[in-house]
Amino acid sequence: MQMIKCPWCGPREEVEYHYGGQAHVAYPAEPAALSDEEWAHYLFFRDNTRGLFAERWVHTAGCRRWFNAVRDTVTYRFHATYRPDEPRPVTA
Amino acid sequence: MTTVDAFSTDPADAVPHTPAAAAAGRLNGTPPRTPGADLPEHPDALWKNPEPKKAYDVVIVGGGGHGLATAHYLVKNHGITNVAVLEKGWLAGGNMARNTTLIRSNYLWDESAAIYEHSLKLWEGLEEDLGYPILFSQRGVLNLAHTLQDVRDSVRRVEANVLNGVDAEWIEPDEVRKICPIVNTSSDIRYPVLGATYQPRAGIAKHDYVGWGFARRIDEAGVDIIQNCEVTGFVRDGNRVTGVRTTRGDIACGTVALAAAGSTSVLTDMLGLRVPIQSHPLQALVSELLEPVHPTIVMSNAVHVYVSQAHKGELVMGAGVDAYNGYGQRGAFHIIERQMAAAVELFPVFARAHLLRTWGGIVDTTPDASPIVGRTPYDNVFLNCGWGTGGFKATPGLGWVFADTIANDEPHPYAAPFSLDRFVTGRLVDEHGAAAVAH
Repeated sequence: MQMIKCPWCGPREEVEYHYGGQAHVAYPAEPAALSDEEWAHYLFFRDNTRGLFAERWVHTAGCRRWFNAVRDTVTYRFHATYRPDEPRPVTA
Repeated sequence: MTTVDAFSTDPADAVPHTPAAAAAGRLNGTPPRTPGADLPEHPDALWKNPEPKKAYDVVIVGGGGHGLATAHYLVKNHGITNVAVLEKGWLAGGNMARNTTLIRSNYLWDESAAIYEHSLKLWEGLEEDLGYPILFSQRGVLNLAHTLQDVRDSVRRVEANVLNGVDAEWIEPDEVRKICPIVNTSSDIRYPVLGATYQPRAGIAKHDYVGWGFARRIDEAGVDIIQNCEVTGFVRDGNRVTGVRTTRGDIACGTVALAAAGSTSVLTDMLGLRVPIQSHPLQALVSELLEPVHPTIVMSNAVHVYVSQAHKGELVMGAGVDAYNGYGQRGAFHIIERQMAAAVELFPVFARAHLLRTWGGIVDTTPDASPIVGRTPYDNVFLNCGWGTGGFKATPGLGWVFADTIANDEPHPYAAPFSLDRFVTGRLVDEHGAAAVAH
């Protein structure tokens, strides 16, 4: 089983975590100002990258905290994990 | 060597089909059968491998079931034959090469029932239409209900199906037992069987033969099937796409039709077009070859497993999708483990069966678990994607509807509800759970 490194707890088995989709999608600053199309894009449209992808995970069976990861969607290998307030690290 | 009934419920009877077992002349006097012996022989040639021409009226990107079926109905229903089907790998080598082949139409909503029932009707005449054996076997599907809420949802879905002309009935556990004796209907399991919905016309087909049958037919009609031809870009002119850049050169096109399933986003990214698709691995597996023990198809949403028995004798089981986005055509083992635990509880007879192989296909999921079929912001680019875990059953139905949409430059009535702009208008076709699908 794949080990995922929680930024707070360290490496734990994949089954302790849940997936949260694309990272760094900010809540709109002025939701009421969005057009229907912009709102649809915020709500339903996410990147579907083939390759390195920044995404959210939550350590459900551990500290229950959210964090971000850069993972390769082809090899499934994790290149980095980092706290939500940290910028996406530069990965190979 | 024990003597077994064809549909035994004793775990000890799920013995592998070995030459020795066949020689022993079991199955109550029926002749021993060699696995696969009843499958038809292949013709020497099925299709040609032409060099791509400079231009086509219609370029279909994706040589899977949907792309091939679309080409077939462009020819058959609309007389459009100057068509190329581009495939980055080999023909029907993606999800068409490995899937659980489940065909049914018992979806909840009117929009879904319409397109899937249209597809099921086409399946019923497809072998004749293609002039090629596809081994379509209408053995029925049971969707098990395990909780009171399951029962209510299932009965609601049956009523909706009946109103839409889809054959469906609610059946009690003793009838489940009659239809599929190997299901564990005792009350002392984690998810007891409280009943099931039953669609007798549902079935399975031999997935490879379906792809090959379509390919052979369109090849005869003059459609170019171009394999090992990966699309690397598009030539744009304002709101039109005038050409497709490929690893085998540039190809000019009148119309482009995308039918790339899990790789859709890779193509739409090249067009600067955002689609609400997330690609996930979907795993399935087969057991070794067994004597016939499983006469129908059983799905259980609550425990995430669906099972049928292939013509050769493998038990074919599918899981739910792996949670994370992935393009790797494989998934995590703990998903398979959970699926097997569920399968063995529901079918104790499977406990001694060995796993033969597992695989992962890449499925294109949407926010409402319904497909996207129709127009794009480009005048001459049409989109077909988002079938998620259930694209195989839609193969002929989608082909018909997508071809009609392309030929008439107007969404077919069955495609119209599945437009890309429903995510803006909010008119979603929410088949999460409602479809009896293990998403």
